[in-house]
Amino acid sequence: MKALEINNLKKTYANGVQALNGISFSVEEGAFFALLGPNGAGKSTTIGIVSTLVNKTAGQIKIFDHDMSDDLLLAKRNIGLVPQEFNFSTFDKVIDVVCNQAGYYGVPRKVAKVRAEYYLKKLGLWEKRNHQTVALSGGLKRRLMIVRALIHEPKLLILDEPTAGVDIELRRTMWDFLQEINQKGTTVILTTHYLEEAESLCENITIIDQGNIVVNTDKKSLLRQLNTETFILDLDVSMTVAPILEKYSCTLIDEHSLAVNVKREQSLNQLFAELGQQGITITSLRNKSNRLEEMFLDLTQNSKKEQ
Amino acid sequence: MNQAQINLTAYLTLSRREVHRFLRIWPQTIMPSAVTMTLYFLVFGKFVGARIGLMDGVSYVDFIAPGLIMMAVITNAYTNTAFGFFIGKFQGNIEELLVAPIPSWVILLGYTTSGVLRGIVVGLVVIGVAMIFGGFSVAHFWLMLVVIFLSSLLFSLAGLFNGVFAKNFDDISIVPTFLLTPLTYLGGVFYSINLLSPFWKKLSLFNPVLYMVNAFRYGIVGISDISLWLAMTILIGMTVLLTVGNIYILDRGIGFRA
Repeated sequence: MKALEINNLKKTYANGVQALNGISFSVEEGAFFALLGPNGAGKSTTIGIVSTLVNKTAGQIKIFDHDMSDDLLLAKRNIGLVPQEFNFSTFDKVIDVVCNQAGYYGVPRKVAKVRAEYYLKKLGLWEKRNHQTVALSGGLKRRLMIVRALIHEPKLLILDEPTAGVDIELRRTMWDFLQEINQKGTTVILTTHYLEEAESLCENITIIDQGNIVVNTDKKSLLRQLNTETFILDLDVSMTVAPILEKYSCTLIDEHSLAVNVKREQSLNQLFAELGQQGITITSLRNKSNRLEEMFLDLTQNSKKEQ
Repeated sequence: MNQAQINLTAYLTLSRREVHRFLRIWPQTIMPSAVTMTLYFLVFGKFVGARIGLMDGVSYVDFIAPGLIMMAVITNAYTNTAFGFFIGKFQGNIEELLVAPIPSWVILLGYTTSGVLRGIVVGLVVIGVAMIFGGFSVAHFWLMLVVIFLSSLLFSLAGLFNGVFAKNFDDISIVPTFLLTPLTYLGGVFYSINLLSPFWKKLSLFNPVLYMVNAFRYGIVGISDISLWLAMTILIGMTVLLTVGNIYILDRGIGFRA
Protein backbone atom coordinates (compact mmCIF):
# COMPACT_ATOMS: atom_id res chain seq x y z
CA MET A 1 0.00 0.00 0.00
CA LYS A 2 1.10 3.57 -0.63
CA ALA A 3 1.46 5.69 2.48
CA LEU A 4 1.30 8.84 0.40
CA GLU A 5 0.28 9.46 -3.20
CA ILE A 6 0.53 12.92 -4.71
CA ASN A 7 -0.81 13.54 -8.20
CA ASN A 8 -0.35 16.74 -10.19
CA LEU A 9 -0.16 18.92 -7.09
CA LYS A 10 -0.11 22.64 -7.85
CA LYS A 11 0.20 25.64 -5.59
CA THR A 12 0.11 29.29 -6.52
CA TYR A 13 0.23 31.71 -3.59
CA ALA A 14 -1.93 34.83 -3.40
CA ASN A 15 1.08 36.98 -4.39
CA GLY A 16 1.36 35.03 -7.66
CA VAL A 17 4.35 32.89 -6.67
CA GLN A 18 4.01 29.46 -8.26
CA ALA A 19 5.45 27.13 -5.61
CA LEU A 20 4.46 23.78 -7.16
CA ASN A 21 3.97 23.15 -10.86
CA GLY A 22 2.02 19.90 -10.80
CA ILE A 23 4.29 17.47 -8.94
CA SER A 24 3.54 13.76 -8.61
CA PHE A 25 5.25 11.14 -6.46
CA SER A 26 4.38 8.40 -4.03
CA VAL A 27 5.81 6.90 -0.86
CA GLU A 28 5.47 3.21 -0.07
CA GLU A 29 4.24 2.12 3.35
CA GLY A 30 7.19 1.47 5.66
CA ALA A 31 9.65 3.52 3.61
CA PHE A 32 12.18 6.02 4.91
CA PHE A 33 11.80 8.69 2.30
CA ALA A 34 13.75 11.90 1.70
CA LEU A 35 12.26 14.97 0.07
CA LEU A 36 15.19 17.17 -0.83
CA GLY A 37 15.65 20.48 -2.56
CA PRO A 38 17.27 23.88 -2.19
CA ASN A 39 15.62 26.71 -0.25
CA GLY A 40 12.37 27.80 -1.88
CA ALA A 41 12.14 24.59 -3.94
CA GLY A 42 8.64 23.74 -2.69
CA LYS A 43 9.39 21.12 -0.01
CA SER A 44 7.70 22.91 2.86
CA THR A 45 4.76 23.88 0.64
CA THR A 46 4.29 20.21 -0.24
CA ILE A 47 4.42 19.20 3.42
CA GLY A 48 2.14 22.10 4.34
CA ILE A 49 -0.47 20.93 1.85
CA VAL A 50 -0.25 17.29 2.96
CA SER A 51 -0.69 18.32 6.58
CA THR A 52 -3.51 20.77 5.58
CA LEU A 53 -1.71 23.86 6.85
CA VAL A 54 -1.59 25.21 3.30
CA ASN A 55 -4.48 25.12 0.83
CA LYS A 56 -3.66 23.51 -2.51
CA THR A 57 -4.48 25.12 -5.85
CA ALA A 58 -5.03 21.81 -7.66
CA GLY A 59 -4.15 18.14 -7.50
CA GLN A 60 -4.92 15.02 -5.54
CA ILE A 61 -3.42 13.66 -2.32
CA LYS A 62 -4.10 10.25 -0.81
CA ILE A 63 -2.93 9.06 2.61
CA PHE A 64 -3.14 5.28 2.96
CA ASP A 65 -5.78 5.30 0.20
CA HIS A 66 -7.87 8.02 1.85
CA ASP A 67 -8.37 10.87 -0.60
CA MET A 68 -7.87 14.11 1.31
CA SER A 69 -10.65 15.78 -0.66
CA ASP A 70 -13.24 13.17 0.35
CA ASP A 71 -11.93 11.55 3.57
CA LEU A 72 -9.99 14.40 5.09
CA LEU A 73 -10.42 13.46 8.75
CA LEU A 74 -9.66 9.77 8.15
CA ALA A 75 -6.54 10.75 6.21
CA LYS A 76 -5.38 13.16 8.92
CA ARG A 77 -5.60 10.51 11.65
CA ASN A 78 -2.62 8.77 10.02
CA ILE A 79 -0.26 11.74 9.92
CA GLY A 80 2.17 13.02 12.52
CA LEU A 81 3.90 16.29 11.67
CA VAL A 82 7.17 17.74 12.94
CA PRO A 83 7.20 21.24 11.47
CA GLN A 84 10.29 23.27 10.73
CA GLU A 85 9.55 26.08 13.21
CA PHE A 86 8.88 25.61 16.93
CA ASN A 87 5.14 25.98 17.26
CA PHE A 88 4.01 25.11 20.76
CA SER A 89 2.67 27.41 23.43
CA THR A 90 5.66 28.80 25.27
CA PHE A 91 3.68 29.01 28.52
CA ASP A 92 2.51 25.38 28.57
CA LYS A 93 4.37 22.61 30.37
CA VAL A 94 6.08 19.91 28.31
CA ILE A 95 3.68 17.22 29.54
CA ASP A 96 0.65 19.38 28.69
CA VAL A 97 1.88 20.08 25.15
CA VAL A 98 2.19 16.35 24.54
CA CYS A 99 -1.04 15.23 26.26
CA ASN A 100 -3.09 18.01 24.65
CA GLN A 101 -1.90 16.98 21.21
CA ALA A 102 -2.92 13.42 21.99
CA GLY A 103 -6.35 14.72 22.98
CA TYR A 104 -6.81 16.50 19.65
CA TYR A 105 -6.39 13.08 18.01
CA GLY A 106 -8.93 11.51 20.34
CA VAL A 107 -6.45 9.74 22.63
CA PRO A 108 -7.92 9.64 26.17
CA ARG A 109 -5.92 11.48 28.84
CA LYS A 110 -4.98 8.29 30.73
CA VAL A 111 -3.57 6.62 27.64
CA ALA A 112 -1.86 9.86 26.60
CA LYS A 113 -0.03 10.06 29.95
CA VAL A 114 1.32 6.52 29.61
CA ARG A 115 2.49 7.17 26.06
CA ALA A 116 3.92 10.56 27.02
CA GLU A 117 6.05 8.92 29.73
CA TYR A 118 7.38 6.37 27.22
CA TYR A 119 8.28 8.86 24.50
CA LEU A 120 9.56 11.59 26.84
CA LYS A 121 11.85 9.06 28.53
CA LYS A 122 12.92 7.70 25.17
CA LEU A 123 14.02 11.15 24.00
CA GLY A 124 15.46 12.31 27.33
CA LEU A 125 12.72 14.81 28.19
CA TRP A 126 11.04 13.11 31.13
CA GLU A 127 12.95 15.11 33.74
CA LYS A 128 11.73 18.29 32.05
CA ARG A 129 8.08 17.26 31.86
CA ASN A 130 6.91 19.94 34.30
CA HIS A 131 9.01 22.71 32.80
CA GLN A 132 7.46 25.37 30.60
CA THR A 133 8.51 24.90 26.99
CA VAL A 134 10.04 28.38 26.93
CA ALA A 135 12.71 27.10 29.34
CA LEU A 136 13.89 24.31 27.00
CA SER A 137 17.04 24.50 24.91
CA GLY A 138 16.80 24.36 21.11
CA GLY A 139 17.73 20.68 21.04
CA LEU A 140 15.13 19.76 23.66
CA LYS A 141 12.49 21.71 21.77
CA ARG A 142 13.30 19.71 18.61
CA ARG A 143 12.88 16.48 20.57
CA LEU A 144 9.61 17.70 22.05
CA MET A 145 8.30 18.33 18.54
CA ILE A 146 9.05 14.70 17.67
CA VAL A 147 7.35 13.37 20.82
CA ARG A 148 4.31 15.54 20.11
CA ALA A 149 4.09 14.23 16.54
CA LEU A 150 4.30 10.61 17.72
CA ILE A 151 1.92 10.73 20.66
CA HIS A 152 -1.08 9.54 18.64
CA GLU A 153 1.13 6.84 17.03
CA PRO A 154 0.70 7.87 13.41
CA LYS A 155 1.41 5.50 10.53
CA LEU A 156 3.08 8.31 8.59
CA LEU A 157 5.56 10.66 10.25
CA ILE A 158 6.55 13.79 8.33
CA LEU A 159 9.60 15.70 9.54
CA ASP A 160 10.43 19.07 8.04
CA GLU A 161 14.13 19.66 8.74
CA PRO A 162 14.00 18.08 12.21
CA THR A 163 17.71 18.37 12.93
CA ALA A 164 18.23 21.99 11.82
CA GLY A 165 20.51 23.69 14.34
CA VAL A 166 20.98 20.52 16.38
CA ASP A 167 24.47 19.45 17.49
CA ILE A 168 25.94 16.31 15.95
CA GLU A 169 25.55 14.13 19.06
CA LEU A 170 21.87 14.90 19.40
CA ARG A 171 21.40 14.57 15.64
CA ARG A 172 22.76 11.05 15.76
CA THR A 173 20.52 10.19 18.72
CA MET A 174 17.56 11.42 16.71
CA TRP A 175 18.65 9.42 13.65
CA ASP A 176 18.81 6.25 15.76
CA PHE A 177 15.36 6.93 17.15
CA LEU A 178 13.87 7.63 13.73
CA GLN A 179 15.40 4.43 12.35
CA GLU A 180 13.96 2.51 15.28
CA ILE A 181 10.41 3.75 14.72
CA ASN A 182 10.77 3.17 10.99
CA GLN A 183 11.83 -0.42 11.65
CA LYS A 184 8.72 -0.82 13.79
CA GLY A 185 6.62 0.07 10.75
CA THR A 186 6.14 3.82 10.72
CA THR A 187 6.61 5.39 7.30
CA VAL A 188 8.94 8.38 7.58
CA ILE A 189 9.18 11.34 5.20
CA LEU A 190 12.10 13.62 5.89
CA THR A 191 13.16 16.93 4.43
CA THR A 192 16.63 18.04 5.33
CA HIS A 193 19.50 20.25 4.28
CA TYR A 194 21.99 17.75 5.67
CA LEU A 195 22.44 15.43 2.72
CA GLU A 196 24.59 13.16 4.85
CA GLU A 197 21.43 12.62 6.90
CA ALA A 198 19.37 11.70 3.86
CA GLU A 199 22.12 9.41 2.53
CA SER A 200 22.48 7.50 5.76
CA LEU A 201 18.78 7.23 6.65
CA CYS A 202 16.67 7.13 3.51
CA GLU A 203 16.24 4.46 0.86
CA ASN A 204 14.08 6.57 -1.44
CA ILE A 205 14.82 10.08 -2.53
CA THR A 206 12.87 12.74 -4.36
CA ILE A 207 14.58 15.96 -5.29
CA ILE A 208 12.38 18.95 -5.95
CA ASP A 209 13.56 22.22 -7.44
CA GLN A 210 11.61 25.33 -8.41
CA GLY A 211 8.33 23.51 -7.95
CA ASN A 212 9.23 20.55 -10.17
CA ILE A 213 10.39 17.01 -9.41
CA VAL A 214 13.96 16.65 -10.63
CA VAL A 215 14.58 13.13 -9.39
CA ASN A 216 12.35 10.47 -7.87
CA THR A 217 14.16 7.19 -7.34
CA ASP A 218 15.83 4.92 -4.81
CA LYS A 219 19.14 6.00 -3.31
CA LYS A 220 21.28 3.29 -4.94
CA SER A 221 20.05 4.12 -8.45
CA LEU A 222 20.59 7.78 -7.78
CA LEU A 223 24.15 7.34 -6.57
CA ARG A 224 24.93 5.12 -9.57
CA GLN A 225 24.29 8.19 -11.71
CA LEU A 226 27.17 9.97 -10.02
CA ASN A 227 29.94 10.12 -12.67
CA THR A 228 32.80 11.66 -10.76
CA GLU A 229 33.72 11.72 -7.10
CA THR A 230 36.32 14.01 -5.62
CA PHE A 231 38.59 12.56 -2.94
CA ILE A 232 40.86 14.45 -0.60
CA LEU A 233 44.14 12.63 0.00
CA ASP A 234 46.38 13.51 2.95
CA LEU A 235 50.04 13.12 2.07
CA ASP A 236 53.01 12.17 4.26
CA VAL A 237 55.31 14.64 2.47
CA SER A 238 54.88 18.30 1.73
CA MET A 239 54.47 19.34 -1.92
CA THR A 240 54.59 22.71 -3.64
CA VAL A 241 53.06 21.66 -6.97
CA ALA A 242 50.47 19.01 -7.77
CA PRO A 243 51.88 15.80 -9.26
CA ILE A 244 51.09 15.03 -12.89
CA LEU A 245 48.99 11.88 -13.07
CA GLU A 246 48.33 10.03 -16.29
CA LYS A 247 44.67 9.14 -15.81
CA TYR A 248 43.44 11.50 -13.06
CA SER A 249 43.07 15.24 -12.72
CA CYS A 250 44.22 16.62 -9.41
CA THR A 251 44.84 19.92 -7.61
CA LEU A 252 46.90 20.76 -4.58
CA ILE A 253 44.75 22.11 -1.74
CA ASP A 254 47.65 22.80 0.59
CA GLU A 255 51.14 21.35 0.91
CA HIS A 256 49.84 18.16 2.57
CA SER A 257 46.48 17.67 0.78
CA LEU A 258 45.57 16.74 -2.72
CA ALA A 259 42.09 16.76 -4.37
CA VAL A 260 41.71 14.04 -7.01
CA ASN A 261 38.75 13.51 -9.34
CA VAL A 262 37.93 9.82 -9.82
CA LYS A 263 35.52 8.82 -12.59
CA ARG A 264 33.05 5.99 -12.08
CA GLU A 265 34.97 3.59 -14.37
CA GLN A 266 38.29 4.31 -12.65
CA SER A 267 39.55 2.52 -9.55
CA LEU A 268 41.27 3.78 -6.43
CA ASN A 269 43.86 0.97 -6.70
CA GLN A 270 45.03 2.42 -9.97
CA LEU A 271 45.28 5.87 -8.40
CA PHE A 272 47.32 4.56 -5.46
CA ALA A 273 49.58 2.71 -7.86
CA GLU A 274 50.29 5.88 -9.90
CA LEU A 275 50.96 7.90 -6.74
CA GLY A 276 53.18 5.09 -5.39
CA GLN A 277 55.25 5.13 -8.55
CA GLN A 278 55.97 8.82 -7.89
CA GLY A 279 56.99 8.03 -4.31
CA ILE A 280 53.92 9.67 -2.76
CA THR A 281 52.44 7.93 0.29
CA ILE A 282 48.81 8.49 1.26
CA THR A 283 48.09 8.64 5.00
CA SER A 284 44.32 9.08 4.80
CA LEU A 285 41.47 9.53 2.36
CA ARG A 286 37.99 11.12 2.46
CA ASN A 287 35.23 12.36 0.16
CA LYS A 288 35.43 16.08 -0.61
CA SER A 289 31.68 16.28 -0.08
CA ASN A 290 29.14 13.62 0.56
CA ARG A 291 28.14 11.69 -2.56
CA LEU A 292 24.53 12.69 -2.43
CA GLU A 293 25.56 16.30 -2.07
CA GLU A 294 27.52 16.15 -5.31
CA MET A 295 24.57 14.51 -7.04
CA PHE A 296 22.18 17.07 -5.58
CA LEU A 297 24.27 19.99 -6.79
CA ASP A 298 24.57 18.44 -10.26
CA LEU A 299 20.84 17.91 -10.56
CA THR A 300 19.67 21.23 -9.17
CA GLN A 301 22.23 23.16 -11.25
CA ASN A 302 21.17 21.28 -14.39
CA SER A 303 17.56 22.08 -13.62
CA LYS A 304 18.41 25.80 -13.43
CA LYS A 305 20.37 25.66 -16.72
CA GLU A 306 17.41 24.04 -18.49
CA GLN A 307 15.26 26.95 -17.45
CA MET B 1 -12.04 4.84 17.56
CA ASN B 2 -14.92 6.53 15.79
CA GLN B 3 -15.07 10.18 14.77
CA ALA B 4 -17.60 11.09 17.49
CA GLN B 5 -15.19 9.86 20.20
CA ILE B 6 -12.32 11.81 18.64
CA ASN B 7 -14.47 14.95 18.46
CA LEU B 8 -15.54 14.62 22.11
CA THR B 9 -12.01 14.04 23.42
CA ALA B 10 -10.62 16.86 21.27
CA TYR B 11 -13.37 19.22 22.44
CA LEU B 12 -12.74 18.41 26.11
CA THR B 13 -9.00 18.81 25.64
CA LEU B 14 -9.24 22.16 23.90
CA SER B 15 -11.80 23.67 26.26
CA ARG B 16 -9.83 22.35 29.27
CA ARG B 17 -6.63 23.92 27.91
CA GLU B 18 -8.31 27.28 27.31
CA VAL B 19 -10.06 27.31 30.70
CA HIS B 20 -6.77 26.40 32.34
CA ARG B 21 -5.13 29.29 30.47
CA PHE B 22 -7.48 31.96 31.83
CA LEU B 23 -7.54 30.48 35.34
CA ARG B 24 -3.73 30.30 35.45
CA ILE B 25 -3.51 34.05 34.88
CA TRP B 26 -6.49 34.98 37.07
CA PRO B 27 -4.95 38.26 38.29
CA GLN B 28 -5.08 39.40 34.64
CA THR B 29 -8.37 37.79 33.66
CA ILE B 30 -10.70 37.68 36.67
CA MET B 31 -9.46 40.34 39.09
CA PRO B 32 -9.52 43.47 36.88
CA SER B 33 -13.29 43.20 36.37
CA ALA B 34 -13.84 42.69 40.11
CA VAL B 35 -11.78 45.79 40.93
CA THR B 36 -13.31 47.97 38.19
CA MET B 37 -16.87 46.97 39.01
CA THR B 38 -16.32 47.54 42.72
CA LEU B 39 -15.28 51.10 41.85
CA TYR B 40 -18.32 51.55 39.59
CA PHE B 41 -20.65 50.35 42.34
CA LEU B 42 -18.91 52.54 44.89
CA VAL B 43 -18.79 55.74 42.82
CA PHE B 44 -21.95 55.49 40.72
CA GLY B 45 -24.02 53.23 42.93
CA LYS B 46 -23.25 54.69 46.35
CA PHE B 47 -21.73 58.18 46.05
CA VAL B 48 -23.59 59.49 42.98
CA GLY B 49 -26.51 57.06 43.05
CA ALA B 50 -27.61 58.20 46.50
CA ARG B 51 -28.33 61.65 45.03
CA ILE B 52 -30.03 60.33 41.87
CA GLY B 53 -32.81 58.51 43.66
CA LEU B 54 -35.01 56.01 41.87
CA MET B 55 -34.58 55.03 38.21
CA ASP B 56 -37.61 53.30 36.61
CA GLY B 57 -38.90 52.64 40.10
CA VAL B 58 -35.76 50.98 41.55
CA SER B 59 -32.74 52.36 43.41
CA TYR B 60 -29.92 53.52 41.16
CA VAL B 61 -27.50 50.91 42.42
CA ASP B 62 -30.04 48.17 41.62
CA PHE B 63 -30.65 49.76 38.22
CA ILE B 64 -27.00 49.79 37.17
CA ALA B 65 -26.10 46.40 38.67
CA PRO B 66 -27.37 44.28 35.70
CA GLY B 67 -25.60 46.54 33.19
CA LEU B 68 -22.33 46.41 35.10
CA ILE B 69 -22.51 42.62 35.38
CA MET B 70 -23.29 42.36 31.66
CA MET B 71 -20.45 44.76 30.83
CA ALA B 72 -17.98 42.51 32.63
CA VAL B 73 -19.45 39.36 31.09
CA ILE B 74 -19.31 40.47 27.46
CA THR B 75 -15.88 42.11 27.72
CA ASN B 76 -14.36 38.99 29.26
CA ALA B 77 -16.08 36.53 26.93
CA TYR B 78 -14.91 38.56 23.94
CA THR B 79 -11.34 39.05 25.10
CA ASN B 80 -10.93 35.38 26.04
CA THR B 81 -11.58 33.97 22.58
CA ALA B 82 -10.01 36.87 20.66
CA PHE B 83 -6.79 36.61 22.66
CA GLY B 84 -6.86 32.81 22.92
CA PHE B 85 -7.10 32.29 19.17
CA PHE B 86 -4.72 35.10 18.27
CA ILE B 87 -2.01 33.94 20.70
CA GLY B 88 -2.32 30.49 19.08
CA LYS B 89 -1.68 32.09 15.70
CA PHE B 90 1.11 34.25 17.09
CA GLN B 91 2.97 31.34 18.72
CA GLY B 92 2.09 28.94 15.92
CA ASN B 93 0.40 26.38 18.19
CA ILE B 94 -2.91 26.86 16.38
CA GLU B 95 -1.29 24.39 13.94
CA GLU B 96 -1.68 21.68 16.60
CA LEU B 97 -5.42 21.94 16.02
CA LEU B 98 -5.29 22.48 12.27
CA VAL B 99 -3.40 19.25 11.60
CA ALA B 100 -5.65 17.21 13.92
CA PRO B 101 -8.51 15.09 12.55
CA ILE B 102 -11.27 17.29 13.91
CA PRO B 103 -13.90 19.40 12.13
CA SER B 104 -13.98 23.19 12.47
CA TRP B 105 -17.03 23.16 14.69
CA VAL B 106 -15.09 21.30 17.40
CA ILE B 107 -12.47 24.04 17.40
CA LEU B 108 -15.22 26.66 17.53
CA LEU B 109 -16.97 24.86 20.38
CA GLY B 110 -13.74 24.44 22.37
CA TYR B 111 -12.82 28.12 22.22
CA THR B 112 -16.35 29.41 22.84
CA THR B 113 -16.85 27.09 25.82
CA SER B 114 -13.86 28.70 27.47
CA GLY B 115 -15.12 32.19 26.55
CA VAL B 116 -18.58 31.44 27.95
CA LEU B 117 -17.12 30.02 31.16
CA ARG B 118 -14.86 33.03 31.67
CA GLY B 119 -17.84 35.33 31.05
CA ILE B 120 -19.91 33.43 33.61
CA VAL B 121 -17.09 33.19 36.20
CA VAL B 122 -16.47 36.94 35.98
CA GLY B 123 -20.25 37.51 36.00
CA LEU B 124 -20.51 35.57 39.27
CA VAL B 125 -17.67 37.58 40.78
CA VAL B 126 -19.39 40.84 39.84
CA ILE B 127 -22.73 39.51 41.18
CA GLY B 128 -20.85 38.96 44.45
CA VAL B 129 -19.70 42.59 44.38
CA ALA B 130 -23.27 43.72 43.57
CA MET B 131 -24.58 41.77 46.56
CA ILE B 132 -22.22 43.66 48.84
CA PHE B 133 -23.45 47.01 47.57
CA GLY B 134 -27.09 46.49 46.74
CA GLY B 135 -28.66 43.42 48.30
CA PHE B 136 -28.86 41.56 45.01
CA SER B 137 -32.20 39.83 44.27
CA VAL B 138 -33.41 37.98 41.17
CA ALA B 139 -36.85 38.49 39.58
CA HIS B 140 -36.62 35.82 36.86
CA PHE B 141 -33.84 33.36 37.68
CA TRP B 142 -33.95 31.18 34.54
CA LEU B 143 -34.20 34.17 32.25
CA MET B 144 -31.16 35.67 33.95
CA LEU B 145 -29.22 32.43 33.34
CA VAL B 146 -30.30 32.21 29.71
CA VAL B 147 -29.35 35.82 29.00
CA ILE B 148 -25.97 35.60 30.71
CA PHE B 149 -25.25 32.37 28.79
CA LEU B 150 -26.37 33.72 25.41
CA SER B 151 -24.54 37.01 25.87
CA SER B 152 -21.31 35.19 26.79
CA LEU B 153 -21.76 32.91 23.81
CA LEU B 154 -22.46 35.76 21.40
CA PHE B 155 -19.41 37.74 22.47
CA SER B 156 -17.19 34.65 22.57
CA LEU B 157 -18.14 34.06 18.95
CA ALA B 158 -17.50 37.72 18.11
CA GLY B 159 -14.11 37.55 19.84
CA LEU B 160 -13.14 34.43 17.91
CA PHE B 161 -14.08 36.15 14.66
CA ASN B 162 -11.78 39.00 15.65
CA GLY B 163 -8.98 36.62 16.69
CA VAL B 164 -9.10 34.78 13.37
CA PHE B 165 -8.60 37.97 11.36
CA ALA B 166 -6.19 39.71 13.75
CA LYS B 167 -2.67 40.09 12.42
CA ASN B 168 -1.12 41.75 15.47
CA PHE B 169 -1.90 42.61 19.09
CA ASP B 170 -3.36 45.99 18.07
CA ASP B 171 -6.02 44.23 16.02
CA ILE B 172 -7.39 42.44 19.08
CA SER B 173 -7.53 45.58 21.22
CA ILE B 174 -9.06 47.90 18.59
CA VAL B 175 -12.52 46.32 18.67
CA PRO B 176 -12.87 46.20 22.49
CA THR B 177 -11.52 49.73 22.87
CA PHE B 178 -13.19 51.56 20.00
CA LEU B 179 -16.38 49.55 19.49
CA LEU B 180 -17.24 47.37 22.45
CA THR B 181 -16.62 49.95 25.20
CA PRO B 182 -18.65 52.77 23.53
CA LEU B 183 -21.48 50.34 22.73
CA THR B 184 -21.53 49.15 26.33
CA TYR B 185 -21.48 52.63 27.87
CA LEU B 186 -24.21 53.77 25.45
CA GLY B 187 -26.20 50.55 25.89
CA GLY B 188 -28.33 51.68 28.78
CA VAL B 189 -26.05 50.47 31.55
CA PHE B 190 -26.20 53.72 33.51
CA TYR B 191 -29.53 55.17 32.34
CA SER B 192 -32.93 54.29 30.97
CA ILE B 193 -33.26 55.16 27.29
CA ASN B 194 -36.68 56.60 28.14
CA LEU B 195 -34.76 59.57 29.56
CA LEU B 196 -33.20 60.31 26.16
CA SER B 197 -34.45 62.64 23.44
CA PRO B 198 -36.28 60.86 20.55
CA PHE B 199 -33.19 61.07 18.31
CA TRP B 200 -30.83 59.46 20.84
CA LYS B 201 -33.47 56.96 21.87
CA LYS B 202 -33.94 55.86 18.24
CA LEU B 203 -30.18 55.71 17.72
CA SER B 204 -29.78 53.59 20.86
CA LEU B 205 -32.10 50.97 19.37
CA PHE B 206 -29.36 50.11 16.84
CA ASN B 207 -27.03 49.15 19.69
CA PRO B 208 -27.12 45.36 20.26
CA VAL B 209 -25.73 45.72 23.79
CA LEU B 210 -28.89 47.63 24.76
CA TYR B 211 -30.98 44.50 24.19
CA MET B 212 -28.70 42.31 26.29
CA VAL B 213 -28.52 44.77 29.15
CA ASN B 214 -32.29 45.22 29.19
CA ALA B 215 -33.06 41.52 28.92
CA PHE B 216 -30.63 40.87 31.77
CA ARG B 217 -32.11 43.74 33.80
CA TYR B 218 -35.55 42.22 33.30
CA GLY B 219 -34.21 38.91 34.62
CA ILE B 220 -32.79 40.55 37.75
CA VAL B 221 -34.99 43.52 38.69
CA GLY B 222 -38.00 42.84 36.45
CA ILE B 223 -37.86 46.07 34.38
CA SER B 224 -36.85 46.67 30.77
CA ASP B 225 -36.92 49.58 28.32
CA ILE B 226 -37.60 47.29 25.38
CA SER B 227 -39.61 44.20 24.49
CA LEU B 228 -38.11 41.04 25.99
CA TRP B 229 -39.04 39.00 22.92
CA LEU B 230 -37.33 41.47 20.60
CA ALA B 231 -34.23 41.35 22.82
CA MET B 232 -34.15 37.53 22.80
CA THR B 233 -34.76 37.39 19.04
CA ILE B 234 -31.85 39.74 18.38
CA LEU B 235 -29.60 37.87 20.80
CA ILE B 236 -30.35 34.47 19.28
CA GLY B 237 -30.29 35.79 15.69
CA MET B 238 -26.83 37.33 16.12
CA THR B 239 -25.53 34.18 17.82
CA VAL B 240 -26.68 32.02 14.90
CA LEU B 241 -25.20 34.48 12.39
CA LEU B 242 -21.81 34.54 14.11
CA THR B 243 -21.76 30.75 14.52
CA VAL B 244 -22.30 30.26 10.78
CA GLY B 245 -19.76 32.99 9.96
CA ASN B 246 -17.11 31.47 12.22
CA ILE B 247 -17.57 27.96 10.83
CA TYR B 248 -17.28 29.39 7.31
CA ILE B 249 -13.96 31.13 8.00
CA LEU B 250 -12.54 28.25 10.03
CA ASP B 251 -13.46 25.73 7.32
CA ARG B 252 -11.71 27.78 4.67
CA GLY B 253 -8.79 28.74 6.85
CA ILE B 254 -9.35 32.43 6.10
CA GLY B 255 -6.84 34.44 8.10
CA PHE B 256 -4.57 31.56 9.12
CA ARG B 257 -4.01 29.10 6.22
CA ALA B 258 -1.77 30.06 3.29
